[in-house]
Amino acid sequence: MVTEFTPIASMLGGILVGISAVMLMAFNGRIAGISGIVGRLLPPYAGGDVGGAASFILGLLAAPLVYAAATGAPFAQNVSGNAALMAGAGVLVGFGAGLGGGCTSGHGVCGIARLSPRSVVATAIFMATGFATVFVMRHVVGG
Amino acid sequence: MRAAVNFIAGLIFGLGLVISGMANPAKVQNFLDLAGTFDPSLILVMFGAVVVTLIGYRFVLRRPRPLLAERFLVPTLKDFDGRLVIGAGLFGIGWGLSGFCPGPAITSLLLLAKGTFIFVPAMLVGIGLARILTQASLPAGGVIPAASSED
Repeated sequence: MVTEFTPIASMLGGILVGISAVMLMAFNGRIAGISGIVGRLLPPYAGGDVGGAASFILGLLAAPLVYAAATGAPFAQNVSGNAALMAGAGVLVGFGAGLGGGCTSGHGVCGIARLSPRSVVATAIFMATGFATVFVMRHVVGG
Repeated sequence: MRAAVNFIAGLIFGLGLVISGMANPAKVQNFLDLAGTFDPSLILVMFGAVVVTLIGYRFVLRRPRPLLAERFLVPTLKDFDGRLVIGAGLFGIGWGLSGFCPGPAITSLLLLAKGTFIFVPAMLVGIGLARILTQASLPAGGVIPAASSED
């Protein structure tokens, strides 16, 4: 499926993500890493501030509803309905973020903004395997 | 107060993902499809987010402590280890297969797509598995050694 290049909207959305990350650091002193925040909701709750993590997740969940109310149109997305693919991908994303200590937000945004070498390396690696995976999926297997 | 601040931060983050189009897996996969229907939008999302965070952190981290917490909890690990490399590699494969990473997947839950309802529980299982694996390999007492690069 072709999607349109949206430079203005995407830059604006990125700025909002950045504002949220700065807020979390200013108020909570924490990185805005979504996999870490989700992980804090899972036992044994060693990450602390479970209530803060739960409130943040509720805000995330509310976002598309607020967007739909404000614009009068629901957010359109294309999610694969292939159950085996989505289950496998979900385990890989969760396991990989857990093992690698972060995801696109924790490493790709907050870590790079902190100029953390680990995050720069992690981002380069997941971009590379992401490019390779889509290439194989769309042009080798699916081609 | 804390609940309200966290809710608003989550809402702003989620609106960022929706407005930028990153909550649409097709748009993320098109970014990753250099040889096909390439859509460079994602790089501008990252650029906008990184620039704001980089500048904002400069001001915030100069303060003695956060407004609602005792201290800043900023990662201190510096070494590259097998966990980082393998974890990021596997993460990218799952990201490419689905077009989802944790933020967009959670934000998408109330859009009620079948694939999201499969992805998110599987992701929680993955996070749990990684936790079991990394805690099992910690020394007794559960303290992470300062230089945990041996694996």
